[in-house]
Amino acid sequence: MAQVTLRKVVKKYDEVMAVRGVDLDIADKEFIVLVGPSGCGKSTTLRMIAGLEEISGGDIAIGGDVVNDVPPKDRDIAMVFQNYALYPHMNVYENMSFGLKLKRTPRNEIEQRVKQAAQILDITELLDRKPKQLSGGQRQRVAMGRAIVRDPKVFLFDEPLSNLDAKLRVQMRTEIKKVHQKVRTTTVYVTHDQVEAMTLADRVVVMNAGLIEQVGSPNDLYHLPATKFVAGFIGSPAMNFIPCQLEQAAGALRIRLNDKLSMPVPASRTKRYASFAGKPDLVLGLRPEHISETRPHAEPDQHDFDMPIEVVEPMGMETLVYFTVNNTEICGRVNPDAGSAAGQAMKLRADLSKMHLIDNSTGKVL
Amino acid sequence: MADIAAPTATAAAGNRRSSLHKLVQRKSTIAFLMALPLILLIAILIVYPAGYAVYLAMLSKSMTKFVGLGTFEFILKRQVFWDVVYQSCLFAISAVIFKAIIGFIVAHLVHNIPLKGQRKWRGMLLVPWVIPPAMSTLAWLWLFDPSYSAFNWILAHFGIGAIPWTGEAGWARFCVILVNIWAGAPFFMIMYLAALKSVPEQLHEAAAIDGASWLQRIWYVNLPMMRNIIAITALFSLIVTFANFDIVRVLTAGGPLNATHIFGTWSFKVGIESGDIPQGAAVSLFMAPILAIAAAFILRDISRRGSEV
Repeated sequence: MAQVTLRKVVKKYDEVMAVRGVDLDIADKEFIVLVGPSGCGKSTTLRMIAGLEEISGGDIAIGGDVVNDVPPKDRDIAMVFQNYALYPHMNVYENMSFGLKLKRTPRNEIEQRVKQAAQILDITELLDRKPKQLSGGQRQRVAMGRAIVRDPKVFLFDEPLSNLDAKLRVQMRTEIKKVHQKVRTTTVYVTHDQVEAMTLADRVVVMNAGLIEQVGSPNDLYHLPATKFVAGFIGSPAMNFIPCQLEQAAGALRIRLNDKLSMPVPASRTKRYASFAGKPDLVLGLRPEHISETRPHAEPDQHDFDMPIEVVEPMGMETLVYFTVNNTEICGRVNPDAGSAAGQAMKLRADLSKMHLIDNSTGKVL
Repeated sequence: MADIAAPTATAAAGNRRSSLHKLVQRKSTIAFLMALPLILLIAILIVYPAGYAVYLAMLSKSMTKFVGLGTFEFILKRQVFWDVVYQSCLFAISAVIFKAIIGFIVAHLVHNIPLKGQRKWRGMLLVPWVIPPAMSTLAWLWLFDPSYSAFNWILAHFGIGAIPWTGEAGWARFCVILVNIWAGAPFFMIMYLAALKSVPEQLHEAAAIDGASWLQRIWYVNLPMMRNIIAITALFSLIVTFANFDIVRVLTAGGPLNATHIFGTWSFKVGIESGDIPQGAAVSLFMAPILAIAAAFILRDISRRGSEV
């Protein structure tokens, strides 16, 4: 069993609080991804789990044992670094077997484990090569192989795909997922790339300014964000945030964007939002795919409006259109054949059944 | 015939001109021309004095007759020459080994000092290296003085008798080596410190996670990563130490009874003090083949490893 538990973990550098009290329970065999912008404390959190950074407060437990004062070598973890951190003077075999050699593992067992890991990662023919003779992707596999042979309780990945080109990154992402499905070791993975987070994770932990914003499955984070930060961070293009007012008129709740544009709140949400009517500083959150071209048959909670389009970005399978409401740039996703053109008005449709109402003063999704 | 010959001659001249033009335009020619000032400088400052030393070494003591290799034959038969070979090797090898070990340890200690205070320590530790050796050796000479020596004064406090620091062969050799180590170790320290700073921190972290203790991290990560710098520094220091003059000259002047003479000081004694310039030149020339062999071994090792990392 290798669950990882973080309790009120704090990291302070002189006067700067890098991590401000993180609580997290990672289950055995789970693949957790820590995601967030630069400086949010995700890498620091990972390094504290690894033992490479001392913690300033709180507790970290691996497999039920508190490891606050346990050195990295005794935590039974393996880590894959952003720059691979392969020993340049050792060949692939020596790199992979180094940890086992230090543990005085019998030579035949080392050989067996290295070959087995090399087979999983398809690097058997590279075992005699030096890191300098390998491509970025091959180095990444070797770094993963070095982690696998140790058969640790926990794998830690620190932005392992950041140095690869876009195509290789997608390929290696799949490889990492395959490896996890084979070895089923508890994994903590740090990235700033939300696509990596969404595709790899059993659960995603979104961090911001040293705190956890939300923990949940990729789908939960996408469809049910808890805060404006999570709503804006997950999804590309990002969710639209439009300043709005919530009006109660003749027993019906309406979202008013400006003098000309107002739409009724879906019936399923009226009870939830009723108490916020008239509240200042509200924001309507709507993902670009919930603003599309009009179609012949409208579903309930879908509302049509005319908008002059400012920018059109054809993406092939879809076209992104940009327009402005309340001085805020809004992005919509329309069918490439819908006939969108910059400078022309277009009939668009907003699907309010997928809307989010956000209190801008607290950043919470209501 | 003349009608035919004239155009042929013009064509040949044209060909010559174009091939000359091509030669000047060739990259290697341009590179050579650009390097020419340096080549000339090397020729004036190194090749000419070296050639002149060879010429001098082939003259008789009075420098009036050409004796070929006679002076070299004469030197090879002298016992004191073989003593100088032994002493030079002992002096250079032991000093370089200790300088390297001390430099390596101190570099690691300085590397682990927080960055704020590191510059101060680096500056202080470099002091022995930046003081002119002739001057600092004078201070050491006082420390080793048999009558007023600070060392002997301290030993006397512990009831230990005076040590003839520069008066007895073994102690005198110890003293010149010690002063050379004191003056030269900071150079190793600064070179190794620079090499240490170029070792990526992530390699240490990876090794720490792989289960390496701090000693194993030094052995398996730092040492292999620093090998080329270690070798180059050792080679450079070996050459400089082997050809040392000032420390031995000031501290012992080669005594007692030639026991601390090394090539530099002995060639000075023979050539300048005893007035036998050809023999002095011949003695100094013996350094070249010995150092060339050491350099060849070390550089071969570096180029072999250079392709690995």
